[in-house]
Amino acid sequence: MNGDEACAEGAISAGCCFFAGYPITPATEIAERMSKRLPQVEGIFIQMEDEIASMNAVLGASWAGVKAMTATSGPGFSLMMENLGLGVMLETPCVLVDVQRAGPSTGLPTLVGQGDMMQARWGSHGSYEIIALVPSSPQEIFDLTITAFNLSEKYRVPVLIMSDEAVGHMSEKVVVRQVAPDDLVARKRPRVAPEKYQPYKPDKDLVPPMAIAGEGYHFHVTGLTHDERGYPEMTAEAQDRLVRRLSDKIRLNKRDIIKYEEVSTEDAQVIVCAYGITARIARRAVQQARDEGIRAGLLRPITIWPFPEERVRALAKQVKAFIVPEINYGQIVFEVERCAGSKAKTILVPNMGGAVHLPQTILEAIREAAK
Amino acid sequence: MGRVEIRIAGFGGQGIVLTGHIVGQAASIYDSGFATFTQSYGPESRGGSCTAEVVTSDEPIDYPYVQNPQVLIILSQEAYAKYVNSLPKGTLVVIDSDLVKPSPSHNPVPLSIPATRMAREMGRAVVANIIMLGFLAAVSDLFSTEALRKSILASVPEGTGDFNMKAFELGYDYGLKHRVRS
Repeated sequence: MNGDEACAEGAISAGCCFFAGYPITPATEIAERMSKRLPQVEGIFIQMEDEIASMNAVLGASWAGVKAMTATSGPGFSLMMENLGLGVMLETPCVLVDVQRAGPSTGLPTLVGQGDMMQARWGSHGSYEIIALVPSSPQEIFDLTITAFNLSEKYRVPVLIMSDEAVGHMSEKVVVRQVAPDDLVARKRPRVAPEKYQPYKPDKDLVPPMAIAGEGYHFHVTGLTHDERGYPEMTAEAQDRLVRRLSDKIRLNKRDIIKYEEVSTEDAQVIVCAYGITARIARRAVQQARDEGIRAGLLRPITIWPFPEERVRALAKQVKAFIVPEINYGQIVFEVERCAGSKAKTILVPNMGGAVHLPQTILEAIREAAK
Repeated sequence: MGRVEIRIAGFGGQGIVLTGHIVGQAASIYDSGFATFTQSYGPESRGGSCTAEVVTSDEPIDYPYVQNPQVLIILSQEAYAKYVNSLPKGTLVVIDSDLVKPSPSHNPVPLSIPATRMAREMGRAVVANIIMLGFLAAVSDLFSTEALRKSILASVPEGTGDFNMKAFELGYDYGLKHRVRS
């Protein structure tokens, strides 16, 4: 099956019961598959009037107690940004898939891009932390969709899956597995009586238990800065407490959240840092470089936000250079550069989109950097 | 078997995407290997140019696209013009002889089968791609014939399995008779 279909199957295996979306190439096949699969598991599929409403419906469904997701591509991702921020502020577990195509604007609807990586980090206004995962194959998007739901339930934050047209539309063998109930995370529920419940009073892990609408817990949620009872509090102190906690619940748990894969990095002089479809091209280039006797390696962030900065910092001490190929004109390269500092050179191999890199292009950059 | 790259090119409506899917599925599900299948086509659902690419291997596939195809199946003159130059030596080129006139200088002469005509004579032009797959199974040892048969049966509409198997065998027999490049 293709990556989009595998994403939908991953959602079903994760226990997703609600999808609201608006069709857009190259993400449409996710909606299509969900529209077939959700009725089979007594879930609900809604085709909404646009992406703004889709994101809102997903937040509403999550507050009604179900695992909910939506899927879109560039233009729709832009429309979802405001309500993504609402999801962060209300601490609403949900999953948003962006199957990236080349932009800006409508760009190349049917062709690959990786230009939304910084939008994933900073696309909504205000200070916040978010979790974003990047799959590089249909099997991996199946697995990561399950991971995304688990992380969103655990940390009460929207989780982004930053797929791309190439991964979304390529077909490969996918093992669709049932997930054991113990391997599925469910949001923490209130342990106090309704009259004592404070919807934004966090536990020690900084995540507050979440009541479900209609269960007898009366509470208020708002996008305004709020106190632990959920009521608006328009002060710098309340803002400091809330925004600091929303970010820290992610920052302090980076080790639990961040995943990456390394290939031949132990003795590497040059490391290619690549994600998504581009990591597959880079893997081939690294192999070709090794065949030529160049000590090359691959660092593939699977979690892109929060960025695996500790690992890049550590590798920077051993390598001459990082090569960062990406299908944009430079986004994640700035993160690598920030972490590498003056210890190692950071070299961007950009590609404006519409096609993936050729392995030779990355190989030449490796050769040049190894000199 | 190591990495094998296959490109199938022609017009939308010729069953190219399904053919690519069947080949990839045969290698990865009904045989023990790995396969990546990608496709590209214009906005039209029929008549526009259409290409399917399949990479098969006995290990996981990194670069998912075709660079140096071992097999090139050509179903339109336009695709012939686009893809037949700059082929690596030894690429097996297969054409539908009624749809593609190869250049006289093409050496070696491509293998050919009038698959579309044979399908029409069977009564359903849509099985031309399955006839082509049968032909391919006969003229090349890159694919397991049994896996291809299973993959076809799993991919075609219910109730058409027997008809498609007949088409496959027709192409296979034609291939056995015409497998030598003339």
